[in-house]
Amino acid sequence: MAAAIINLTHLVKKFGTQTILKDINFTVVPGQIVGLIGPSGAGKSTIIKLTLGMEKADNGTATVFGQTMPQRQLLAKIGYMAQTDALYETLSGQENLVFFAKMKGLSKSEIVHEITYVAKVVGLTADLNKRVSGYSGGMKRRLSLAIALLGQPQLIVLDEPTVGIDPALRRQVWRELNKLRDAGRSILITTHVMDEAELADQVALLLDGEVIAFDTPAKLKQQYQVATIEDVFLKAEGVQL
Amino acid sequence: MRTWAIANRVIKELLRDKRTLALMFLAPIFILILLNFVFSASQATDVTVGTVAVPQALQQNLEQSKHVTVKKYTSKAAAQKGLKQNRLDAIVQHKTANYSLTYANTDASKTTAVKMAFKNALATNTMSQLKSKLMATTASLAKLRQQLPNAPIPQQSAAKVAAPKITNHYVYGDSDTGFFDKILPILMGFFVFFFVFLISGMALLKERTSGTLNRLLATPVKRSEIVFGYMLSYGILAIFQTILIVLVTIWLLKIKVVGSLINVVVINLLLALVALAFGILVSTFANSEFQMMQFIPVLVIPQIFFSGIIPLDTMADWVKKIAAVIPLKYSGDATTQIITRGVSITSLGLDIGVLFLFLIGLTILNIVGLRRYRKV
Ligand SMILES: Nc1ncnc2c1ncn2[C@@H]1O[C@H](COP(=O)(O)OP(=O)(O)O)[C@@H](O)[C@H]1O
Ligand SMILES: [Mg+2]
Repeated sequence: MAAAIINLTHLVKKFGTQTILKDINFTVVPGQIVGLIGPSGAGKSTIIKLTLGMEKADNGTATVFGQTMPQRQLLAKIGYMAQTDALYETLSGQENLVFFAKMKGLSKSEIVHEITYVAKVVGLTADLNKRVSGYSGGMKRRLSLAIALLGQPQLIVLDEPTVGIDPALRRQVWRELNKLRDAGRSILITTHVMDEAELADQVALLLDGEVIAFDTPAKLKQQYQVATIEDVFLKAEGVQL
Repeated sequence: MRTWAIANRVIKELLRDKRTLALMFLAPIFILILLNFVFSASQATDVTVGTVAVPQALQQNLEQSKHVTVKKYTSKAAAQKGLKQNRLDAIVQHKTANYSLTYANTDASKTTAVKMAFKNALATNTMSQLKSKLMATTASLAKLRQQLPNAPIPQQSAAKVAAPKITNHYVYGDSDTGFFDKILPILMGFFVFFFVFLISGMALLKERTSGTLNRLLATPVKRSEIVFGYMLSYGILAIFQTILIVLVTIWLLKIKVVGSLINVVVINLLLALVALAFGILVSTFANSEFQMMQFIPVLVIPQIFFSGIIPLDTMADWVKKIAAVIPLKYSGDATTQIITRGVSITSLGLDIGVLFLFLIGLTILNIVGLRRYRKV
């Protein structure tokens, strides 16, 4: 097995007196899509913030590319898509892309062809000159994804990327993610949509502040002797099937 | 340069946000125009002046002034009675070549009007005195020439009319009472501070609540680059806003600027940067636009009381201590000195130094404060 791109060991995170994450352990290796699955409020976004170094863990370590986070320089190698469409509404799609490309430190010549490439991937080429305020919800999500893909990052972290987009586009996004994975990139994706979990290579089930299972979808279903990942979850929660 | 890219983006966003632009550029002008109406309306006020033993010529000049009614009194006591009974706004008394003026001063604009009218009347009077004296001198000079064709011209001061001394007395308050000219330089600074504070604070607040700040911090950008990007963009905007406010104030409200106009702009620009850093800092304690607004009556409006509009030397010690940490006090002091006394910027080291300290301190706090959103 290749060296882990993300390695989370014994992560603990508290907000005030509330312990959101009790003991989080899992790894993401190159050429792998890891799905982090859990109900709303389970702490998926918090795990991502710890991984990126936006928040500091109360205990345990998050290492990315072998270095302990937080680490500002490493962020250049990570493509991040936030849960909310954090976009500048008064700017056009193109202007948003240029801005974030500059923030990532891409050179002028790279910026041009990177934008052409990511816009094609998410199917926004024709709408790049429109202001984001005139975009539909789905278009905003796609632009958000395009920003994450800028600069061909080795690691892509996507926080609920398929919320609020239509099934056809969701397929397209997953097809693109598979392509990236096949090119050797690592992808950490969170979702609370269980059937999406089937599409990941490895699934981390997050419940009550702990990763209760971390395995391939097929193995998980076998282990719990159920037909879908959703059932795995329900069984893990102790619901009678 | 990331700083430049951020500044560029902030400016682009602002230029497309017409309402905010209007708030930044039109609102201060609107308020200044309103002030202008209020001010010029009170300038045309009618005043009644009582005169005691004023020379005939001056009396006539005064009577010819617009909006001035003159009443002649034989004694000061009689005139004073008129002043008390509110029939007079001021008394002009002539005493051995000097003038003593007493103002009711219950309405500062009337006091100003009387002062203006008297000054003009006196000037006209002096002019005609000069003229007649000059004529007399020329005539005697010509006569002298005829008598002694080769004699040197005697060094005679041709025009020497001793300027009469004028003393002012106020029944109510003093010369500073409600002096509009005095508060304008401070008011100007207040507008600059208020609007830059509000708009920059809102901008960063929006960046935070919309999530773009988080996303921005997920790139390798330095926290200082974000703060400097904001400083740069709003600094550029503040240059235009400050120039506009200063010019409109001076042009519309006709303040006489004794010192350098550029210095006035420089001081206000420095104040604008302090306001910017302050706005950004305060916005981190607000979770919505409304909460940001709540800081205005708490943090911005009270500044005006300590800014020097009300003389600070009459206040209690603890009040003076508060004033020491109010940026508006230092800019107000500096601009007032430049505008009214023509003090050069180089001798305002203390005011400028303190403003710089505010700026540096707040900027550092902002850069450190962004740690809340990313730990490196
Ligand atoms: N900055 C914060 N301060 C306090 N509580 C927080 C903060 N961020 C998240 N939480 C809490 O942590 C829990 C997990 O949040 P989150 O990671 O966003 O969940 P998920 O992404 O799985 O829906 C929630 O109960 C949320 O209220
Ligand atoms: Mg979340």
